[in-house]
Amino acid sequence: MELTHEQAQRWLLNFHGKVTDNKAYLSDLDQAIGDGDHGSNMARGTEAVKEKLASVTDESLEAVLKQTAMALISKVGGASGPLYGSAFMAMAKKAKETRDLSVLIEAGLEGIKHRGKADVGDKTMIDMWQPVATALKEGTFSQATIDQALLDVKPLKAKKGRASYVGDRSIGALDPGAVSSGYLFEALIEEVIA
Amino acid sequence: MSLGIVIASHVDHIAEGVYRLLKESAPDVSITYAGGTDDGEVGSSYALIEAAIEQNDSDTLYCFYDLGSAKMTLEMVSEMTDKDVTIIDAAFIEGAYTACALIQGGYKQTDIDAQLAPLKVK
Ligand SMILES: Nc1ncnc2c1ncn2[C@@H]1O[C@H](COP(=O)(O)OP(=O)(O)OP(=O)(O)O)[C@@H](O)[C@H]1O
Ligand SMILES: [Mg+2]
Repeated sequence: MELTHEQAQRWLLNFHGKVTDNKAYLSDLDQAIGDGDHGSNMARGTEAVKEKLASVTDESLEAVLKQTAMALISKVGGASGPLYGSAFMAMAKKAKETRDLSVLIEAGLEGIKHRGKADVGDKTMIDMWQPVATALKEGTFSQATIDQALLDVKPLKAKKGRASYVGDRSIGALDPGAVSSGYLFEALIEEVIA
Repeated sequence: MSLGIVIASHVDHIAEGVYRLLKESAPDVSITYAGGTDDGEVGSSYALIEAAIEQNDSDTLYCFYDLGSAKMTLEMVSEMTDKDVTIIDAAFIEGAYTACALIQGGYKQTDIDAQLAPLKVK
């Protein structure tokens, strides 16, 4: 499946809506195992994305992804800024060669891994991105992929990020970055895949 | 030119406080700092960290940070700048203090690296 720049715009605006609607919930999740700012960080970041996208003149997928990355890097204020920012920057680079959705998401995942030096099972947003990237590649991606990833992230013990400092207390909790990434991919289903 | 030092913290007062602590023992070392978000909240700012790197008098920098996003943001800026930036995974204050004291004392980079090695905790 190919991603167009119009679809990407709609996808990111939808993501902004979901993050804004669930801002308090994301911060509550972060309060339990971190510092309680993930909702406000992502709301501020995606608001900046919305503003940037309104003024993008270059109508290309690469430009949409790159402006998104820049907005997130400069406005989020927490680890999710460089992480989501690196994901979209990696996707923007990949978009020079291809518009294939699964290849783009895979590139985004690699961007996050490169930036945060985390991997599957560390209880981070990677535990949402990896199953989604795999399902996209295998042609099995659906809402069920996201729901399953959220179930699977709960029992993990955090090994990276703020939550890694609370030890066993992170077991049983949802990871806020995995949940916000879940919104990103729900928005993808609604705007691009459905 | 000798090494410069960059301090990146989640909190503006921490960054400034570490700067004051270091300056006392290293008055001649170029030390710049960035703390908190653009709005003065707790977090990291790409713009502030970029400014600390660009405004440092030295082109060869050792950077010290407190937690996660301060490091990741330092890395992003270091990939964009022309300066020679090394991010040191040492205990924040002890590492920065050691580096500053040794630069002030005129030590070579290899000696400084050797003294920083046992302070690596992250
Ligand atoms: N090294 C990492 N690799 C991948 N994801 C990470 C890493 N560190 C944190 N995360 C993700 O970021 C989320 C937290 O984002 P948030 O915006 O709250 O930043 P933060 O942890 O408060 O930042 P800071 O590093 O400034 O404390 C976590 O839930 C996790 O999914
Ligand atoms: Mg947080």
